[in-house]
Amino acid sequence: MTSPKRVGKIEFGLLSPKEIRKMSIRKIIWADTYDDDGFPYPQGLMDLGLGVIDPGLRCKTCDQKASDCPGHFGHIELAKPVIHVGYTRLIRKLLRVTCRSCSRMLLSPSDIDKILGPDDLRSENISEKDIKKERVCPHCGEQQLKINFEKPTTFSEIMTDVNGRKIDHKLTPADIRARLEKIPDDDLLLLGINPKVARPEWTILTVLPVPPVTMRPSIILENGQRSEDDLTHKLVDIIRINQRFKENQDAGAPQLIIEDLWELLQYHLTTYLDNEVAGCPPARHRSGRPLKTLSQRLKGKDGRFRGSLSGKRVNFSSRTVISPDPNLSIGEVGVPLAIANEMSVPVRVTPFNLEEIRFMVLTGPDRKLLSEPCGANYAIRPDNRRVRLSDQNTETVAEMIEPGWTVDRQLRNGDIVLFNRQPSLHRMSIMSHRIVLMEGKTFRLNPAICPPYNADFDGDEMNLHVPQTEEARAEAYILASVQENILSPRFGGPIIGGIHDHISGIFLLTHELRWFTKSEMISLLRFTHLTHLPPADRVDENGMQYWSNKQVFSMILPDGLNMFFRASSCVNCDTCLKEDCERDAYIRIIDGKLLSGTIDKKAIGAFDGTILQRIIRQYGLARGVQFIDDVTKLSIRAIMLDGFSFGIDDEDLTRTEYGQIEEVLESASQDVNRRIKIYQDGQLEPMPGRTLEETLEMQIMQVLGKARDRTGEIAGRHLGLSNSAVVMAVSGARGSMLNLTQMAGCLGQQSVRGERIVRGYDERTLPHFKKGDRGAEAHGFIKNSYKSGLNPTEFFFHAIGGREGLVDTAVRTSQSGYLQRRMINALQDLKVAYDGTVRTTGGRIIQFKYGEDNTDPSKSCFGEPVDVKGIVENILKEEV
Amino acid sequence: MVMGMSTTFNVLDHVMVPDHQIMSEEEVAVLLSTYTITQDQLPKMYHDDPAVKSIGANMGDVVKITRKSQTAGKAESYRLVVKRPKK
Ligand SMILES: [Mg+2]
Ligand SMILES: [Zn+2]
Ligand SMILES: [Zn+2]
Ligand SMILES: [Zn+2]
Repeated sequence: MTSPKRVGKIEFGLLSPKEIRKMSIRKIIWADTYDDDGFPYPQGLMDLGLGVIDPGLRCKTCDQKASDCPGHFGHIELAKPVIHVGYTRLIRKLLRVTCRSCSRMLLSPSDIDKILGPDDLRSENISEKDIKKERVCPHCGEQQLKINFEKPTTFSEIMTDVNGRKIDHKLTPADIRARLEKIPDDDLLLLGINPKVARPEWTILTVLPVPPVTMRPSIILENGQRSEDDLTHKLVDIIRINQRFKENQDAGAPQLIIEDLWELLQYHLTTYLDNEVAGCPPARHRSGRPLKTLSQRLKGKDGRFRGSLSGKRVNFSSRTVISPDPNLSIGEVGVPLAIANEMSVPVRVTPFNLEEIRFMVLTGPDRKLLSEPCGANYAIRPDNRRVRLSDQNTETVAEMIEPGWTVDRQLRNGDIVLFNRQPSLHRMSIMSHRIVLMEGKTFRLNPAICPPYNADFDGDEMNLHVPQTEEARAEAYILASVQENILSPRFGGPIIGGIHDHISGIFLLTHELRWFTKSEMISLLRFTHLTHLPPADRVDENGMQYWSNKQVFSMILPDGLNMFFRASSCVNCDTCLKEDCERDAYIRIIDGKLLSGTIDKKAIGAFDGTILQRIIRQYGLARGVQFIDDVTKLSIRAIMLDGFSFGIDDEDLTRTEYGQIEEVLESASQDVNRRIKIYQDGQLEPMPGRTLEETLEMQIMQVLGKARDRTGEIAGRHLGLSNSAVVMAVSGARGSMLNLTQMAGCLGQQSVRGERIVRGYDERTLPHFKKGDRGAEAHGFIKNSYKSGLNPTEFFFHAIGGREGLVDTAVRTSQSGYLQRRMINALQDLKVAYDGTVRTTGGRIIQFKYGEDNTDPSKSCFGEPVDVKGIVENILKEEV
Repeated sequence: MVMGMSTTFNVLDHVMVPDHQIMSEEEVAVLLSTYTITQDQLPKMYHDDPAVKSIGANMGDVVKITRKSQTAGKAESYRLVVKRPKK
């Protein structure tokens, strides 16, 4: 291998007209491509010297075949100079910083010295900002004029005529080129331009390179017609106009016509270079489709850089819709048979596996049942020739197989694959799973691993990749397996855990005290890893055995676990009653027995999962996986015991509550009106730093906010834990009490940018209200609930408030996506070296110690390197 | 010292500003050999950084920055003073 080289510098320059003519092998003058016989015109756009695309033909320039000829440039002599759109900003800058008469930079030598600074800190460049606008040239005394630039390519000077009126004097590309030509080399160096490789006048084109046909090949359609590339179409336009321009010029056409043609030529050149410039209608194909010209080939996601050069595509991958299967382990993925039959793993034939592989070859490529053993799709001979297996040749190939061959074996249960969902925002977006063959056509996964993939089942699709070598499989399994990724490096807690019904289920199971019979116990623990029931907690007079709900949960906990914490349902009472908590929110686990408290999101949920986190720290990742599998299966069985659903009548309250809500809203409305009255009477005392109006608005918002919360409390008093929505909110499974308030109580104030809705008509939001009405209803307060239904004005305000949310989400995702892209590009090649430093590929140090403490955040305890409290509690078996 | 509008304030006195020390030539040599790097592979800081001005470091000096760290106790890093490129 050659030793790595360091890139000293990269120089960017412009093609000079001289260079363009030098690299051209042909001057192109004809706009037509092929004659009637289908033969390219010499000096036309398809001139045979520009390269060959038809196989069998030889290039007129280099005499090579189509596969070897790189293609050759031609050129077009333009009738008049034309501005290159890509350099308009540079041209504008140069026109503004140089004299309109002598073209020297508008700074005296002493000014330059002052700007560049003292010798030791001397900077090299002068920027546009250093030069003041509209002044007299220090060299020739010429009064400078303001340069106006209009997109895409129009430059003009603002002149003042004898009457003092301002007139716009247009600068032709020829005028501009003349000015740029005169800028001295020394001035250009100060402006950061190296005149040796980039004279500014070269940004005004006088001669245009014609790219080789190899980069704009014509395609032959089914009907035998030729279809030209977009670039060729554009070049035809350019040559045609250029030709007409020349003829008119030679015939001495009037100035007006010349100017029109000049502008038309400028338009065609502009769109040839970039067909998406602002202020310029894009050139279109006959069909109406905008042409893909030079810059469109490079730009954007499917452009040359992101699409062709850094874009990667792979073999051995598959993609389909995902669906949930709670019976799978979190480390498994269900794969449809059709996919498993198509994808394969190469296996080398050795004396030890010869018979096994011979059997696979014999089985062939058509596996019809899940229960059948895997077959093989290809046999690869020692000379690397591939033999596709089919029903006809399995027996012959099976005979021929011997050590030294390789066989592409179909996937089977237990194979390691990489599973991915886009967008791949963090490393948990690609994890390795073991496959389980399944009926159907979707990938199946345990809903507990949805959080790291951010997956749901509303039609999401995921990708699956099959590693092809032992090293790849080992790496996938050791570094990327699901169990290695339970703890997130983002916050040192579990990112995988119970979601939705897992949490509702375990909450219903463990809340307060319940007793189960033996058959109920067996039904509950049916799918966990347990094989024996413990002795019953209670035996009644008839000899019936009963187990408590807390004991059921304790059974899936490891022995010797000691924990003390508060559940999600804890309301942070001023003095905690601990195990006597009336909400049963104080969790005590001693010696692996749940003694008090309700298990909910805090204990087993993804992102929280305190118990899960402790089990992994104390008993390892494999036990963690076991616990997740057990707890999800147990909670699903538990929720099925009673059933769990929500209907429209679950939002119903009684007449008493509706009366109370009415009262609260009525008094709030009156309170608002009272405050408005105080304001109108001029009696309102402004809050410090606020205007009177702001003070009033804040007071109103506060009053109405309180009123909404009060209605929520009233509704909440009626809807207890018998209500599914309350269970979900309290346990942290889904939704909040606010959602419930809005369903049953009152929707409350709709807002735009945190303020009441004020925009609309003159002094009012809608014509339904009086002008100047500051009341609650007139500015977006919704008294109704989702259940009672909104009136038309309320509905409209709700739509206004809702749209803000949608816009915010749209803006946020696009912004964070771009930020993510930039971060990844900046960080992608950094690695932690063996000495613990973080370095770039060039050996430059980014951090002297990884994270400044050499700690793996996924091995931390929610950010803390040592979980002191947990360790002490575990030993003392009491809360500290 | 940084000249403020009416008062001067040494940025190093602020609680949020970590300790900055100019390293001697010998210390720099040891540093470079421990990490087997050349001087330009060090992280950089600009010559007009308020902390650089405050300790009087010049371009080419290496500054040792000692931060208090919640997890590591003390975290040291080293930066080479370079000229701020003009935008
Ligand atoms: Mg979805
Ligand atoms: Zn050729
Ligand atoms: Zn001048
Ligand atoms: Zn409590």
